[in-house]
Amino acid sequence: MTDLPLHADVVIVGAGPAGLAAATELRARGIASVVVLDREPQAGGIPRHCNHFPYGLREFRQLLRGPAYAAHLVETAKAAGVQIHTEVTVTRLLEGPALQLTTPGGIREISARHVLLCTGVRETSRAARLIGGVKPGGVVSTGALQGMVYLDGLRPFRCPVVLGTELVSFSALMTCRHMGIRPVAMIEPAGRTTARWPTGLFPRIQGIPLMLNTELLAIEGRDQVTGIMVRSADGKTRRIETDGVIVSGHFRPEASLLRTSHLRVDQGSGGAEIDQFGRCSDPGYFAAGNLLRPVETAGWSWKEGRAVGRAMARSLAGQLPPPEPAAVVKPSGDALKLIVPQRIVPSDTDPALPRFQLRVNRAVKGRLLVSAKGAVLFSTAINALPERRITLPLTIIPAGASGPIDINVKEDPA
Amino acid sequence: MPPDRINDRTLFDAVIIGGGVIGCAIARRLTLDGWRVILLEKAHDILDGASKGNSAILHTGFDAPPGSLEARCMAAGYAEYLEIHKKLGLPLIRSGALVLAWSDEEEARLPALMDQARENAVDNLSLLSAAETRKLEPGLSTAVRASFRVPGEYLIDPWSAPHAYLLQAIANKAVLLRDCEVTGGHYDNGQWRLDTSQGVIGGKIVINATGLYADIVDDRLLGKHDFTIHPRKGQFIVYDKPAASLASHILLPVPSPTTKGIVVCRTAFGNLLVGPTAEEQDDRQNAALVPETLAALRQRGEEILPGLAHEDVTAIYAGLRPASEFKDYQIHARAGQNYVTVGGIRSTGLSSALGVARHVQALCEGFDQDRQPLADPLWPQVGNLVDDRDDKRPRDWQCPGNDGIICHCELVTRREIEAVLSDPLAPQSLAGLKRRTRVTMGRCQGFYCSSALAKLTKGRLKHPMAEGDSEDKAGVDRVGND
Repeated sequence: MTDLPLHADVVIVGAGPAGLAAATELRARGIASVVVLDREPQAGGIPRHCNHFPYGLREFRQLLRGPAYAAHLVETAKAAGVQIHTEVTVTRLLEGPALQLTTPGGIREISARHVLLCTGVRETSRAARLIGGVKPGGVVSTGALQGMVYLDGLRPFRCPVVLGTELVSFSALMTCRHMGIRPVAMIEPAGRTTARWPTGLFPRIQGIPLMLNTELLAIEGRDQVTGIMVRSADGKTRRIETDGVIVSGHFRPEASLLRTSHLRVDQGSGGAEIDQFGRCSDPGYFAAGNLLRPVETAGWSWKEGRAVGRAMARSLAGQLPPPEPAAVVKPSGDALKLIVPQRIVPSDTDPALPRFQLRVNRAVKGRLLVSAKGAVLFSTAINALPERRITLPLTIIPAGASGPIDINVKEDPA
Repeated sequence: MPPDRINDRTLFDAVIIGGGVIGCAIARRLTLDGWRVILLEKAHDILDGASKGNSAILHTGFDAPPGSLEARCMAAGYAEYLEIHKKLGLPLIRSGALVLAWSDEEEARLPALMDQARENAVDNLSLLSAAETRKLEPGLSTAVRASFRVPGEYLIDPWSAPHAYLLQAIANKAVLLRDCEVTGGHYDNGQWRLDTSQGVIGGKIVINATGLYADIVDDRLLGKHDFTIHPRKGQFIVYDKPAASLASHILLPVPSPTTKGIVVCRTAFGNLLVGPTAEEQDDRQNAALVPETLAALRQRGEEILPGLAHEDVTAIYAGLRPASEFKDYQIHARAGQNYVTVGGIRSTGLSSALGVARHVQALCEGFDQDRQPLADPLWPQVGNLVDDRDDKRPRDWQCPGNDGIICHCELVTRREIEAVLSDPLAPQSLAGLKRRTRVTMGRCQGFYCSSALAKLTKGRLKHPMAEGDSEDKAGVDRVGND
């Protein structure tokens, strides 16, 4: 990377939808040098290996597949004068801001007036889920499967089991079908599918048994998976013959850079703690896209990236309010998993994130209460399922509020 | 020379059966001592049995039974590791250990354990109050009662060490044969003829270093065994790198008669591990992970370091220790048969391996004294997988020309992987490649790099990560069109 500068106005980490949208927006707002870094050999992020519809409707008013959409994002950014550098891995976030990097040519640093973090999400691994049994080949995430199938035409198994019923799990079924892989079952520990049943897909997954209330106990095999043991709701265990396991979903922010940095991490989302402008605890850093919360669509992340890009341009022009004082919103109880943004700064400036985004840990029904110092400021009915999008306007926090704000759910009696 | 070619099938001075850490260390020692050595491993790669899962600590042996063979081998192995690690490029993380007491009973046992340590010539110990302990380790639970510090307990890379031993043996003309199982054999007229899955191999001396299979191999070759292996499973949890800042010392419990107990410590690779359990089982091959046990380990970890509650799990693994009915190592030389059994290395093999090798060398010299040590042996350096080393040796990702990162979580470069895939110990399995390079061992467990790695290793592993190379398939998904 001989042409990678030592300094830029804005450096963006991650060339997926959020990062590229922000970069394009920053250029459109007159920011002179905007550099996007990505550790992969190609820019575009996760959509590069999601070879299915629907992408691009919001952004380009075209119905695109993931790879075409990714290419579109890259071309648009380049046309706007964004410098994209691939095969550059950020190894540390420094105050300044500045970034430590490694490239095929060795290590170096880059400094910037502002840094935007758009490092996205990954699926939770078999290990992190503490799934039992042994460790043969053929246990992969959807992301790994899609990379193998769509980027390299490789097939890690022939008749796997899909663990999970999130949207990405159905995407895994499509990926299998594309490659002539025939899943033998889809397993879900809960009593219903996590994603809304994708009716359009239904005929295509016919013939693949959907096993609800079923827990994956153990994986068997040596070089390759030979079977799995599952337990159904009635407590009975049984063996399923299979040569692979697709461990899908349970996304979590790819926040390892954050966690070893001086920036504050939000325990609930697992991502960056931000204010309504996408600004981190160090106001030189911003964050956008799925790093903020698992998990949203590419289109959502793109829109969020663009809005945070706009806020960064304002910040560079000295037009954002100071980061303190702020109202700090925190969920309590075990129903709510996360709320983003976590900090609201009193301001008349348009926010980059116009609404709070919430997620629940489990199916929840009752009233959502927002309170400060014991007094309820706002309440509304809530009837929500895990992994589904829930939003509320920022105005549920009274203008000018500061200090801790509690948000929780008073559940209806079962 | 391709790694598996037998350059001379006729007769070796010594045949070592078993490519675990013990076999690798013996291969190195005997080679340096002038023996023509062949090492036979039944799996695709070395370190496929007991040696693949341990706690990666270089123990001083402070808690070994004084005067035992284990204590002697640990002392000798520890000393030799310190002496040779730099020449082989191996890391040493001088963490020190704290033996923690969590109850009155445990606190009362600390002085006796310190006396035992001194009897094992492990000195510079210090007894610490709860406050002093937490001053050294602020992340510890307030429930800790007292501790003593053993400054000489260190962290090492559990796989680079045995790889380095065997690489040095091979560089000095030892031969490695993998996928080679010994099925039988007999001793006649000063010579062993071993029947193997790859034909007959001859040797003047046979060393059985088969770990979990030591008694079975003794049966096959001698028709009897003096001890029985009782595999003892140990499950571990590895936390992501941010957790490593929660503890700087190796945190040991007060040991019980059968196990050192559950350890919490950093790893050489910058993670934090909690384990092992100690569970007897009959199966010598499969070490199954059990979700409930892993959850209990997690809980125990959080009791010791409350901050772990907020940390992510990166990996889970289970190892099998080749314990026998005896507490001490079972190393037996059979005079008249030129045969040595090296068994019952129940848990401390990584620390003691170089010492065990010296002990075995002395036994072999009892059979055959006519050896000239190599005057000027080669000292190949093994690749470095450890960041922030005290000797400042860089990782490949920090060096120019590394050809880019393949595994982002562990920062493994294409050049590193290529180098390992073309050296004399080139792994033949993904598991072997992981041990050599750490690919896919990080937090994403292959989410990001599996496809690049499958492509890079295509045609180079006995069991490929994936099959097929249909460029026509890597493209538009026709299914979604209708």
